[in-house]
Amino acid sequence: MIEVKGLTKIYSLGEQEVRALDGVDLSIARGEFVAIMGASGSGKSTFMNILGCLDRPTSGTYTLDGNAVAGLSRDSLAEIRNRLIGFVFQGFNLLPRTTAMENVELPMLYNGLMADERRRRAHESLASVGLTGREGHFSNQLSGGQQQRVAIARALVNGPPLILADEPTGNLDSRTSAEIMDIFCKLNEEKGITVVLVTHEPDIAEYARRQIHFLDGKVVKDEVRQGFVRTGGAQ
Amino acid sequence: MRRLYFLPAIRIALRGLRVNKMRSALTMLGIIIGVAAVITMLAVGTGASVKLQQQAASIGSNIILIVPGSTISGGARSGTGSNNTLVLADLDAITANCPAIEAAAPSVRGSAQVVFEEKNWSTSVMGTNEDYERVRDWKVTSGRYLNRQDIDGRTKNCVVGKTIVDELFGQEDPIGKIIRIKKVPFTIVGVLETRGQSPVGQDQDDTILVPVTTGQSRLFGITWLNAIMAKGKSNEQMGKAVEQVTALLHERHRIPEGEDDDFSVRNLSDMLAMAETQTKIMALLLGSVASVSLLVGGIGIMNIMLVSVTERTREIGIRMAVGAKGRDIMLQFLIEALVLSILGGLLGIGLGVLLSKIIGSFGTFTTQVTAFSVMLAFGFSMAVGIFFGFYPAQKAAALDPIAALRYE
Repeated sequence: MIEVKGLTKIYSLGEQEVRALDGVDLSIARGEFVAIMGASGSGKSTFMNILGCLDRPTSGTYTLDGNAVAGLSRDSLAEIRNRLIGFVFQGFNLLPRTTAMENVELPMLYNGLMADERRRRAHESLASVGLTGREGHFSNQLSGGQQQRVAIARALVNGPPLILADEPTGNLDSRTSAEIMDIFCKLNEEKGITVVLVTHEPDIAEYARRQIHFLDGKVVKDEVRQGFVRTGGAQ
Repeated sequence: MRRLYFLPAIRIALRGLRVNKMRSALTMLGIIIGVAAVITMLAVGTGASVKLQQQAASIGSNIILIVPGSTISGGARSGTGSNNTLVLADLDAITANCPAIEAAAPSVRGSAQVVFEEKNWSTSVMGTNEDYERVRDWKVTSGRYLNRQDIDGRTKNCVVGKTIVDELFGQEDPIGKIIRIKKVPFTIVGVLETRGQSPVGQDQDDTILVPVTTGQSRLFGITWLNAIMAKGKSNEQMGKAVEQVTALLHERHRIPEGEDDDFSVRNLSDMLAMAETQTKIMALLLGSVASVSLLVGGIGIMNIMLVSVTERTREIGIRMAVGAKGRDIMLQFLIEALVLSILGGLLGIGLGVLLSKIIGSFGTFTTQVTAFSVMLAFGFSMAVGIFFGFYPAQKAAALDPIAALRYE
């Protein structure tokens, strides 16, 4: 699913060069549930941006679902994001003054689906995160947990094989966090969607079978927990 | 495929405008004023030009007016036309000797009280000849025109305008009836077709034509003419016609070397053409002033769109993250700019039409809103929207998705 080799990202701040990523090699198979951990400044956010095709590496290769992504143009990257990746952010990132329905329809505006089909799929997607009946609610009429569910419905609506979640529970209380994490687990188990989760909370990382630790732009620990049994959360 | 994106984009744009009602209204105000000004100015210009053309048509084409000059008595100069040197012999000479002149008609005129049975009416009476019909392109609708026999025989026949018929006869047929002009009985032989107002606002139908000879001797007691109206053979020959008439009269009146002529020759078509050019220049000038306000309105749109792009940086980032390409973002902001300018344009057209009606109702100006001016103003406002929306839209499309997503 994801294959990166020698991934390097260098920011130049005036005279100084900052190596945000320093030759990262990683591969993530289809259907994995991976938590990426590390302190701030460890390079995990930069890594996520590149995985999400929002940013391009200075050097190195990145293959996503068979597509060599590293050298693609802005527009081609936009297409890949639309088709292959669902984003879930810490701050939900829903459009203001917009209904849940319209937020979920958003990704489909950019791949030319007819309005009927958009509506049908958005309904379905909202139903799958348990928000049936809230389609017409505006973002600011929903609780944090509900907003994050809308964001997940939006991420799912184009049927991507990969979901990238950047601190998805960072703004939520522990109970709601557990509910959200359950949704991710369900998607991973039932639909075989690859989930890559960035977090600095160990108990959230516990949901993932594989944990990758970043430090100073390098992978310092990559651990697949044998005999992993999913624990915690509201069953 | 792109087509499908338009409807949601328009909906998003309209919602954005609703949320910032005051701001949108103020932004549109520039366009509204600009478009309304363009429409109103063009309406005034077109109205003036149409009125001039009607007047030109009512005078007749290729007309030269010859009037006697002023007289000086005891140092006091009388006005043009006070001289008594222009006579019927001059008219005959012009008809005979000026090849560029097609026809010429004399004019002696004055006002007179006209009586028919118990009704009376004050009108303008004009003595002329049979050629007046050709010179003015002014026919009779019933009866006949004055003819040569009327002139030579000093008959007491007359041709009356529509207003006279209305005032004195009502529904009755005036042909063959006898009216008294200054107590002299005249027989009506014809009724003139309706001509409407003259360039100076006179009712041209309020007139009676009598033979020039009868008019001179029986009504006004003069031996000279008040004017001669001549018609040139063609528009191209007008210059020549004026020259020929001037030279002929100069010689006939024996004007000494270095002295002013005792007559003046005017080309009415020239005067009308000049007036029309002036009207057009004025309309153009007003139109340009109006376009400047459209331009200012456009800058207002650009300003608000730039603010909007900054305010919605995060939204742009979200859209990019879920797959919007640069051109999708660009299209969205262009549509918003267009919605602003088109909405402003439509309101402006409404306001402009209203203003034109109001100005027209005062009576000083004739106004006419044409489909062309509406389309021009609308097209212009759309062009303004695209032109001034382009830069902000491009700026939005060029945003970096990561920076945009993190924007607070």
